Amino acid sequence: MRTERMYEQPRLIEVRKNVLKQNDVVARSLRDRFRAAGVFVVSLVSSPGSGKTAFLERTLTLLRPKYRVAALVGDLATENDALRLARSQAPVKQITTGTLCHLEAAMVQSALEGWDLNQLDFLFLENVGNLVCPSSYDLGEDLRLVLISVTEGEDKPLKYPTIFHSADVAVVTKMDLAAAVEFNWEAAYGNIQAVRPGMAVLKLSAKSGEGMDEYLGYLAARLADLRQATTV
Amino acid sequence: MHELSIAMSIVEVAEEEAERRGVQIDAVHLRLGALSGVVKEALLSCYEMVCEGTLLQGSRLMVEEIPAVVFCSGCNAERALNSIQLFCCPECGTPCAEIVCGKELEVVALEIRECAPNVCMNNPV
Repeated sequence: MRTERMYEQPRLIEVRKNVLKQNDVVARSLRDRFRAAGVFVVSLVSSPGSGKTAFLERTLTLLRPKYRVAALVGDLATENDALRLARSQAPVKQITTGTLCHLEAAMVQSALEGWDLNQLDFLFLENVGNLVCPSSYDLGEDLRLVLISVTEGEDKPLKYPTIFHSADVAVVTKMDLAAAVEFNWEAAYGNIQAVRPGMAVLKLSAKSGEGMDEYLGYLAARLADLRQATTV
Repeated sequence: MHELSIAMSIVEVAEEEAERRGVQIDAVHLRLGALSGVVKEALLSCYEMVCEGTLLQGSRLMVEEIPAVVFCSGCNAERALNSIQLFCCPECGTPCAEIVCGKELEVVALEIRECAPNVCMNNPV
């Protein structure tokens, strides 16, 4: 029970504190580390089953001959994705979040313990499959890709506009299945532009390889920009 | 459903202030943007749960909902969106990518009561 007499009248004080301050502080220090090491960091967000892992496996495999690549992969449970990605021969570490529906910067920080970031060109962070929660958490990445697959329907952007605002580029995956599921590219593109005017959109298939060159070229250009900016 | 994590962060922020200032907190005022990705109703029920057994037990979470406002280059003015599914100026129809507000997720004020000496720190509730 409160002892009301012991307290004075209530009054309002201003505080102005970002609720996610703690995450943002860790994300900032990660970003500083990434910058110092010259590694370009890409994170992937999507709903479960849109092909993040297949896309990432293909990405790692194609980049590996020319670049030093590694990945952290987040899931509620199982090491399955890390095992799949390890087939690319790149260093991969699983982050199991338990019941948490998203990655936070501190999880990335502890997963990177013992890693020499100077030995990397690209680091990929695969978030937990979820189009809602990851949008609130900065992971210190340079580029956030939001994936939607052709099998999910064209209206995903309208249902989850917030994640499209937290991402930098949208990637439409599984284009090899587009005809089979009667995917309407114009409608999907229109919906992305409706929720985020001007957003860059890539379309590709990790399976057939369609569109992968353009995407990898984009990553290579971004890495070159980063290296130039840090050496100037 | 990350409202639980968000509620825990809010309680952490407020508890820190309560301890630092040696005060009792009656209410936490939060600004919540339409683009924050956080659902008010879910947050309120999580808040109550998280407060239990902390210095914030029994306190209220007052949520001020902030609409999504964009800058329209066509009108050269700020415009509140009718829907976050359509980032177009409601007046002239120009697509608007520049967000002025709507991403807020911040504790802006606390309703506090000073504690009597020797009571607050040892026996806050």
